[in-house]
Amino acid sequence: MDLQTLTYLFVGGTFLLYIGIAIWARASTTGEFYVAGKGVHPVANGMATAADWMSAASFISMAGLIAFKGYDASVYLMGWTGGYVLLAMLLAPYLRKFGKFTVPEFIGERYYSQTARIVAVICLIVASITYVIGQMKGVGVAFGRFLEVDFEVGVLVGMSIVFIYAVLGGMKGITYTQIAQYCVLIFAYTIPAIFISLTLTGNPVPQLGLGSELADGSAYMLDKLDSVMTDLGFKAYTVQKGTSFNMVLLTLSLMIGTAGLPHVIIRFFTVPKVRDARASAGWALVFIAILYTTAPAVGSMARLNMINTVNGVDSQGTAYTALPSWFKRWENTGLLAWYDHNGDGKVQHAAGSAFDGGKPKFVSNEDGSPKRGGHDERVVSNPSEGKRAEGAPFANEIYVDRDIMVLANPEIADLPFWVIALVAAGGLAAALSTAAGLLLAISSAISHDLLKGIFKPDISEKHELMAGRIAMAGAIVVAGYLGMNPPGFAAQVVALAFGLAASSIFPALMMGIFYKKMNNTGAVAGMLAGLGTTLIYIFVYKGWFFIPGTNNLPNDAANWVMGIQPESFGAVGALINFIVAIVVSKVTAAPPEHIQHLVEDIRVPRGAGAASGH
Amino acid sequence: MSGSSGDYWKANIRLVSILLVIWFVVSYLFGIILVDVLNQIQIGGVKLGFWFAQQGSIFTFLILIFVYAKKMNELDRKFNVHED
Repeated sequence: MDLQTLTYLFVGGTFLLYIGIAIWARASTTGEFYVAGKGVHPVANGMATAADWMSAASFISMAGLIAFKGYDASVYLMGWTGGYVLLAMLLAPYLRKFGKFTVPEFIGERYYSQTARIVAVICLIVASITYVIGQMKGVGVAFGRFLEVDFEVGVLVGMSIVFIYAVLGGMKGITYTQIAQYCVLIFAYTIPAIFISLTLTGNPVPQLGLGSELADGSAYMLDKLDSVMTDLGFKAYTVQKGTSFNMVLLTLSLMIGTAGLPHVIIRFFTVPKVRDARASAGWALVFIAILYTTAPAVGSMARLNMINTVNGVDSQGTAYTALPSWFKRWENTGLLAWYDHNGDGKVQHAAGSAFDGGKPKFVSNEDGSPKRGGHDERVVSNPSEGKRAEGAPFANEIYVDRDIMVLANPEIADLPFWVIALVAAGGLAAALSTAAGLLLAISSAISHDLLKGIFKPDISEKHELMAGRIAMAGAIVVAGYLGMNPPGFAAQVVALAFGLAASSIFPALMMGIFYKKMNNTGAVAGMLAGLGTTLIYIFVYKGWFFIPGTNNLPNDAANWVMGIQPESFGAVGALINFIVAIVVSKVTAAPPEHIQHLVEDIRVPRGAGAASGH
Repeated sequence: MSGSSGDYWKANIRLVSILLVIWFVVSYLFGIILVDVLNQIQIGGVKLGFWFAQQGSIFTFLILIFVYAKKMNELDRKFNVHED
């Protein structure tokens, strides 16, 4: 069977599974729609949380990020896992005890303030929408690369699938689909990794392969990678390139942001008990860690494989015509490009940029087909001067998109077709599961917090459920539209989503639990101060509302305040939030007696009942 | 908050503080700030600082959460605030 048919079979099979689950797990009450009736087993919720959390970026891009940044990419590994420690110990059990449906609902009740609730809703919607655009794009890209359908068609198919199970099943449908999606994505991720580790080091466990000798016994894998890279003019793989200060700050921002992202928090509202919420955070991290501890092995091994394949056994380059077929296949997708700077017909990879501005610009024929050069390679219009970088033996001649490290890995390692088909299904599972979780967070904020909480408190449950479904459908359409027409800032939004969650939501939740005397004025002032400074800091360097050219200062280390990059500012915003909130609450009236009792009540597990919407 | 529930909360804060100190040490201290020092030690084919940054901290986080869950369940019973 050919690759195309196999891929259709795998992707189609998983989609049928998701639809089957949707029909089986329909939601008939608001409790089921918002929090799956609070009946999800902690291990099952852990698995669903892992799928919810691990997005198209974790699945497709992270290993590539590690491959190209080496040690410095550790900030993502630690930042996106360490947040679960904060979530487990500082938020999840208490919010579960509170026993309501949404994050803004807690903030609104704890701070006896509709303003606080509205600020929380706005943060939630902005963070979740920016995040969901990336998922929809991921769906379109995965369809385009593996099934060769148009990007827009891919997004439409993805939207329809999510529509069926999220609108019908709400959180209940999403939970069980996410469990299935986790299984698909983790097989798709680990199987190629096991094969690659086995081939390269003889050790089938990628986590151990990372520290093993190469199969030929010549050297340790990482030592070899370090020496190969320094020979090519790169900095050694395991050596730090950025400053420790920014690494600490970025790691902290990602951790606090992770713990404050509403679509992750609401997953812990679905378990029956407080103690289940504690254990469930641990299980979530188990399932996440399977992928996150595999990724460093995939990244380093893929990098070594790629350099060896391109530069060949004599490290002098490989003739373009002699390269394996995957090189040309991915060149056709635009993720790889070659320009023969020294005119020897061989492809060489070293430090430095082969193209002006970093990325290649491909030339097309008049009929729109790619223009081909003398070796049948794709012609590019922007080759760089082709200078040799310092310490490099020759000029770099290729561009490699980092997403290739996962997408093309099975081909680079020469794995059977069914593994490639599995990777396609896995990438889609990762994108769809995260999209669904985000869409639920958005729709519950609209139907439960805005509609029922603020505009129409006397709405019947039946009508609220209907409103939830309509809000979900609307959110899917908006997300799909933005996925097809991504605003120019789509690449920048990760900083924004994490910055918002870290600087506004996390501190408000934490103080609501751990600081009984925190009052409404303090909390609102803190949220606005944290949110405001973070937004301003990001906009000053990246442009107001990300409009190119509207930045007040160039986005480089010389202009950053104390050398803090905009992506790392979330932790500073959180600190500002804490300080402002505490100072303001000290000089204003203490919260009323019943609120202080509420805080005492959520601090003890006893009495956590079923979810209630009132 | 009075009597045993106040003591329960204090015990909780003490436990979480200890666990978060470990959380900080393995990631920020071992993985970033002291990485060059720890990289002098190599275990198998991995430098220790690099290992903490890319593997060790994640494994430690896992242990921390499960220890927290277990200890909190014990505290719940000890102070008689457990569910059912």
